[in-house]
Amino acid sequence: MKKQKNDNLLTFYKSIHGNVALEYVSEGISAGFPSPADDFKNERINLSEELINDPNTTYYARVNGESMIGAGLDDNDLLVIDKSIPPKDGKIAVCCVDGEFTVKRLKITDECVYLMPANDNYKPIKVTKDKQLVIWGIVTYVIKKV
Amino acid sequence: MYAIIDCNSFYASCERAFDPKLINKPLAILSNNDGCVISRNKEAKALGIPMGAPLFKYKEIITQKNIQIRSSNYSLYGDMSERVMKLLENFSPEVEVYSIDEAFIKLPESEDYQQVGLDIKNYIFQCTGIPVSVGIAPTKALSKAANNIVKKFPDKTNGSYAIDTEAKRIKLLKWLPINDIWGIGKGNKVRLQNKGAQTAYEFTQLTDDWVKRNMSIVGLRLKKDLEGEPTILFEDEVQNKKVIATTRSFEFTFSDKQNIKERIATFAARCAEKLRMQTSSCNVVMVYLKSDRNKKNELQHRANRILTLPYATNSTLTINEFAQKALDDIYKPGIKYKRAGVILTGLVQTDALQLDLFKNENPKHKQLMATMDTLNQKYGGRKIKMASQDLQRTWKMRQAYLSPEYTTKFSDIIVLNCRTI
Repeated sequence: MKKQKNDNLLTFYKSIHGNVALEYVSEGISAGFPSPADDFKNERINLSEELINDPNTTYYARVNGESMIGAGLDDNDLLVIDKSIPPKDGKIAVCCVDGEFTVKRLKITDECVYLMPANDNYKPIKVTKDKQLVIWGIVTYVIKKV
Repeated sequence: MYAIIDCNSFYASCERAFDPKLINKPLAILSNNDGCVISRNKEAKALGIPMGAPLFKYKEIITQKNIQIRSSNYSLYGDMSERVMKLLENFSPEVEVYSIDEAFIKLPESEDYQQVGLDIKNYIFQCTGIPVSVGIAPTKALSKAANNIVKKFPDKTNGSYAIDTEAKRIKLLKWLPINDIWGIGKGNKVRLQNKGAQTAYEFTQLTDDWVKRNMSIVGLRLKKDLEGEPTILFEDEVQNKKVIATTRSFEFTFSDKQNIKERIATFAARCAEKLRMQTSSCNVVMVYLKSDRNKKNELQHRANRILTLPYATNSTLTINEFAQKALDDIYKPGIKYKRAGVILTGLVQTDALQLDLFKNENPKHKQLMATMDTLNQKYGGRKIKMASQDLQRTWKMRQAYLSPEYTTKFSDIIVLNCRTI
């Protein structure tokens, strides 16, 4: 607000927002007693906000099988995957190996990349030149039904 | 600087992003009802599958060469498109979505635009699995041309090409044939060739006066844009217009009135939205229909109808109501229509409207439209529409080769093999 004129009785202000047009209220205005809770209203907890960093880079997948059971990924679990996270040694990643999707822990050494299962019944996969590997995305959350 | 980001073989790339079996395999995507090929990757192109190839004619080659085919999965393509467009906002607040697989953005100052282009390409690919080509230049028309270079020389450019010097601009224009200039129609092409211009460079050497006289103000704008002076602006920068139009040629011809009604509803909705964006209202609605005049052996029909509205409005509902009335007047059954349009004129500023004592727009529409615009801006992709738009078109389609809705349906998400590996 900008003070324009000042005397002892009245002070005039000019709106800094220019002309403020009032909306025509077509529905009328109801004038009951407002709810005392209105001032304390908060948004409900939203699971997506907690689990998803960026909805535009987030995808979902379903686990089928038990090769990652030791890492807490059970059969039928739902995974939250963020493709924007760069792959790093030790991360759990969704990978495409020879035309198939799987999920494994990445072991990245100077020589090559290993896809490590978390179940003694399964063997690590050494990614050699003849194998086609795409690291598709990094797993950020596991959701399981109890 | 402007950049255009163009997704490579977009539909095929979407399919491939969620199905590792398709990596390095030829793939073709079919139109609604599985009629013909509307997108194919470079492997399928190399095997001789042209755009628009009817499925029944190519069935043999498809089986012989083991070409993968898919029905159009618009839920998937729509969602992936939205992701790409939203991710581009990380590079610039100003993104103009140009089509399902192309967007212009305005880039902030940079020392190395070539690198900016590569960064965009790599980021989009990492976050979506969709490969893109990036063309960067001082104007929209030049960025489109830069994108042609990327498409022609994918290995040399590595997916990004920037016109950041005058020498590069001249070189580009000398390389670019008239045919490939963005937005040059058939008529203008012939006019330019008759004048002896074969390349974009030769086009820019013609006088402004000649171009304006022969190719109208639109041609002159294009010339300025190619000269490096930004003249073709973003849609929302364009000053308030006196006429608002949405007109399109259809991919295929339609005879069925239901289809045409839906198109007119969609065009009317788009026009009304543009109208509200510049806070105008219109007094006049015009609708036209055209058959394909190149098909001389088919019945021809071209007609338009102009209706004056009882009051000025920018409500999608009212404008569509009158557009449909106009359509009823001019539609003739048995004609194969190729093009239609909705044009709004008699525009006035909404806040300067004279209220009529008896006939005014239903005040509820104002709120409804405001809500619709807000929601559509927030969620993108014009999710809130009239029931007469689109919808049932996708219901009864033949989709024998449909892939799962990987990103829009929980029961369709990808499955990870932890059983055999």
